[in-house]
Amino acid sequence: MRPILMKGHERPLTFLKYNREGDLLLSCAKDHTPTVWFADDGQRLGTYRGHNGAVWCCDVSHDSTRLVTGSADQSVKLWDVQTGTQLYSFNFNSPARSVDFSVGDKLVIITTDPFMGNPSTIQVKRIAEDPEDQTSDSVLTIKGPQGRINRAVWGPLNKTIISAGEDSIIRIWDSETGRLLKESDKESGHQKTISSLCMFTDKSHFLTGSADKSAKLWDTRSLTLLKTYQMDRPVNAVAISPLLDHVVIGGGQEAVNVTMTDRRAGKFEAKFYHKILQDEIGGVKGHFGPINALAFNPDGRSFSSGGEDGYVRLHHFDPDYFSIRM
Amino acid sequence: MAAVESARPQAAKLRWGELEEDDAGDLDFLLPPRVVEGPDENGIKKTTEYRFDEDGNKVKVTTTTRVRKLGKARVSKKAKERRNWAKFGDAVHEDVGSRLTMVSTEEILLERPRAPGTKEEPSVSEGLGPVQPGAVLMVCRTCGKKGDHWTSKCPYKDLAQPPETFVERPSTADAASAAPGGAGRSAYVPPSMRGGGERTGTEMSRRRNDENSVRVTNLSEDTREPDLLELFRTFGPVSRVYVAIDQKTGMSRGFGFVNFVHREDAERAINKLNGYGYDNLILRVEWATPRPN
Repeated sequence: MRPILMKGHERPLTFLKYNREGDLLLSCAKDHTPTVWFADDGQRLGTYRGHNGAVWCCDVSHDSTRLVTGSADQSVKLWDVQTGTQLYSFNFNSPARSVDFSVGDKLVIITTDPFMGNPSTIQVKRIAEDPEDQTSDSVLTIKGPQGRINRAVWGPLNKTIISAGEDSIIRIWDSETGRLLKESDKESGHQKTISSLCMFTDKSHFLTGSADKSAKLWDTRSLTLLKTYQMDRPVNAVAISPLLDHVVIGGGQEAVNVTMTDRRAGKFEAKFYHKILQDEIGGVKGHFGPINALAFNPDGRSFSSGGEDGYVRLHHFDPDYFSIRM
Repeated sequence: MAAVESARPQAAKLRWGELEEDDAGDLDFLLPPRVVEGPDENGIKKTTEYRFDEDGNKVKVTTTTRVRKLGKARVSKKAKERRNWAKFGDAVHEDVGSRLTMVSTEEILLERPRAPGTKEEPSVSEGLGPVQPGAVLMVCRTCGKKGDHWTSKCPYKDLAQPPETFVERPSTADAASAAPGGAGRSAYVPPSMRGGGERTGTEMSRRRNDENSVRVTNLSEDTREPDLLELFRTFGPVSRVYVAIDQKTGMSRGFGFVNFVHREDAERAINKLNGYGYDNLILRVEWATPRPN
């Protein structure tokens, strides 16, 4: 395949998200400006200007009209996707890390980092139909986990909230009361910080990637560990194919560590694994730096990867990808 | 600003590349109009536009793009409408010459790990079939297509030269250029002792060549002499290539030297390839000796 290279960001990428129909790709990076691209040919559509810090995460509503972004400048902003205007800004006392729209787009999960004595929190805010009516009230606030929460998402039917973070434990919370329902098993779970989490389209299972060089597949309802995929480097990003039984995992070293590790450890590819057999299918090379973000197009026919090098690479699969036999 | 936005034509089918820029400046009337030579049978589209650069000089910008249909996609009505949204944010003044989005010139494969029992990776011979002995394999260096035309007849000669991805292609596909690769991969043989080299009369020319020596660093571990040769020969005749190999592991130690016959070629190679991405690493190319001027 001939990947399309998009160099719109000057700093490392942090997150990639496709809209529901798969025609728009949103990219977040440490350069303060989330960008939206057309997902078929990679042409840039626009940028959202307003943040003053690295943008860690974003989510787009079901009808692709609203965008929510979480940033290190201690704010979460709500944008109009089409025009780029900022509709609302939620302000916090610490950097915001992860955002996720609920099914129906009426609520949004926002996580904040532990900062200056404040513990990390998971907050649920209501999103009003009309931006004029938007308020900053939290419907629910959960304070509990030690360490940074890297990702928190809604469970099936908005009944639960699933969080994963630096303490390497996955927690499931009740979304109405905030009570802790389940925790992942310490022995079989990840041993180091969980960097990324990706839900399958029907939310029945999800994939987490961790700095302990593995990615694990979990059942949502029971939080049982289903599969483990072994990598040879810390995992920064994971994604599950909506079409085939494939998962893709990307990783690499942080820039800080490169000089201290063997030069040969710096190969940067996105690795494909068979979801059920756990075998490696292959790798897609190309990034000049660690891969920080991965996302599959909802139609499963293309995927994109964002790296520490600031590039977004958009790959449309060749026809022989769909007939891979293990 | 608002007045300018509404003046932009709202017709549905206009592609952003063909939209005239509204606010290009006061001296627009001095510039010839933009010319778009539509996609020809190879899908090549040439757009020639003029603008003023920072010093006020008239600059002609020719952008050659290859328009390729990747495939049909079923697009929802909403998605079709979104295709026609106006650009906003930093993308507002995007013109044809913007190099933000580019198709990779390298073909990237999903590389299967070679385990016993699995099928071989599909070879990248592009439908060539077995090469008959004695047949001539026409290789074009610019676009990499084989069997079609030589480099000088390449229809795509204006496009970026794709690097020959030696490390990804199986070596059988490059039968035509196998000759320099014949030299041993096992031990280093100095050029004076290699078979087929000139013996007499090369001392002086070689000494002069050593001043045209270019050091290449940050090579990937499976780079070898033939790869460097292929990469650098486009700048001119190369008299010698050397890649430092770790005898114990057989891997490249990350650096090598290329000696050009002509100084100017070495200079051009340095300018062009320094910072060039090759096999996922960014090359550093510089003079081997302190700048001989």
